[in-house]
Amino acid sequence: MDYQAIWLTIKLASLTTVLLLVLAMPLAWWLAFSRSAFKPIVEAVTALPLILPPTVLGFYFLILLGPNQGLGKWWFELTGSTLTFSFSGLVIASMVYSLPFVVQPLSNAFASMGTKPLEEAANLGAGPIDRFFTIALPQSKRGILTAAVLGFAHTVGEFGVVLMVGGNIPGKTRVISISIFENVETLNFTNAHMMSAALLAFSFLVLLIVFTLNHRFPVFGSTKNGGDK
Amino acid sequence: MTVLSLACTLKRPFGIIDISHDIELEGITALFGSNGSGKTTLLRMIAGLEPKATGLIKLDNIVWQNDTHFIPPHKRNTALVFQDARLFAHKTVQQNLEFAEKRANKNNSQITLSEIIEAFSLASFLNKKPNTLSGGERQRIAIARALLSRPKLLLMDEPLSALDVKHRASVMAFIQTIPQKFGIPVLYVSHSIDEVAKLAKKLILIDSGKIVATGPTARILARLDLPNLTGRFEASALISGSIGPSDDKYSLTSIDIGGQFITVPQLALGSGQNIDLRIRARDVAIATTKPTNLSIRNILNATITQIAPEPDSAFAEIQLCVCDQFLRTRLTRASVDDLSLKEGMQVFALIKSIAIDRRMEKVRPNK
Repeated sequence: MDYQAIWLTIKLASLTTVLLLVLAMPLAWWLAFSRSAFKPIVEAVTALPLILPPTVLGFYFLILLGPNQGLGKWWFELTGSTLTFSFSGLVIASMVYSLPFVVQPLSNAFASMGTKPLEEAANLGAGPIDRFFTIALPQSKRGILTAAVLGFAHTVGEFGVVLMVGGNIPGKTRVISISIFENVETLNFTNAHMMSAALLAFSFLVLLIVFTLNHRFPVFGSTKNGGDK
Repeated sequence: MTVLSLACTLKRPFGIIDISHDIELEGITALFGSNGSGKTTLLRMIAGLEPKATGLIKLDNIVWQNDTHFIPPHKRNTALVFQDARLFAHKTVQQNLEFAEKRANKNNSQITLSEIIEAFSLASFLNKKPNTLSGGERQRIAIARALLSRPKLLLMDEPLSALDVKHRASVMAFIQTIPQKFGIPVLYVSHSIDEVAKLAKKLILIDSGKIVATGPTARILARLDLPNLTGRFEASALISGSIGPSDDKYSLTSIDIGGQFITVPQLALGSGQNIDLRIRARDVAIATTKPTNLSIRNILNATITQIAPEPDSAFAEIQLCVCDQFLRTRLTRASVDDLSLKEGMQVFALIKSIAIDRRMEKVRPNK
């Protein structure tokens, strides 16, 4: 077993999920409540990583994060190291790659909460930040949990983008999926078997959690009983 | 007295709300109109929930919005009770109440949590979640919570419409006591003439986004030129009076309406207490001579003040003056011509039935 790869994967997925939850929250909020004419465009862009081949995404990241222009150049001047073929680069790429998996459950949760509880809170004297933390977050608990689980799991399963952006550097960019690929290439089937089985079990468990959350877990009351928000 | 000054406009997909009026708030003021007339939207504009509203909204000398400023809803000293209660589902009843109390303006009237729990009999609900309560209970808690935010003005948007008849009466009794008990004026939106007649001393009639009439409820209800707003079938007049002598033998009570008496089935009220009677137009008939051999007991001397025939129908609306108060009736145009009824004529008003609206701040209903 490539424990180093497993640890790196967990680290990458956790960091990506936490950062994404924070950064995707405003976007999800906007998507849930905005009536702007630009909304379909933003929705389409947000969903792009669902459809684009990871190699396409990876290719653009390779260019964007490279030390010669844009973000990569700025990062290189700031830190003296490149974003490509580094863990930091992987985190940035993973965040884009897993963005739709986090934004959509969040946005759905906010939309199903609706504006009514927020209006009521405003009416009782709660300002915007107060409303967000005391009303919106607790009422969207289930959506936030789903977003976190899906974002984490999807990052664990990424391959193409990592290969393009990060390559295969042990301890730095060699995550589980890359490690399995490497083991198969070198005909080390025992290792490949073990890690594949572990990933299979993990994925199943994640989906089981998500579906259980969606169907059974009573976060508070149950909307089926018509409890008001 | 608190004055709410409005000179505000809002474009909606189905018409413009354009209100220019100073409302003197005392007790419960009803904002009355049919569905889609804009009364709920006006309430939302006052609460600050319609950011696209333009113009002036101010309470006494505090400007809530004008052309350059817009005070957001959480900084306006109002509380709006919505039709659907809107309790926070993730909080218990107690937490719902505390949410409002924590954010209340400390400078306003000192309404405390324990006082409210007592007044609204909420002690047994405190640890329950909203979705385990009945509609009436939820609405009662919503009203309690709104009061705990210590508003200068309480806005209510048809708070009874989601309730069944049984709960309606009990919540209405609570609402009726608010201005006196807590010193907070109420602006009450409704399209039910029944609620308005019971609760509000003053009425603002709104239609197609505009105020069409304001004044004491009894005067507005008696007006013949506003039939579509109150609905012909429910059209009625309010007569106020005081309890007069009782007749124990026949179980009857007389009510002095200013020199003349109306008898009703005996009421357990003390002599001299004030009472409102609601008399529907369809329950009033007219005779030109005092009828005899008739079972109807309530026959009043009246003067015809206005006759409004409806050209396309068989009917005419008629306004009568009885002891400086107004009654209305609905007769066929044929009857009006047969009896040669004219404005200014002395007639007898025959009243078939009477609805009694007790003023509950003074009287506890005894049932």
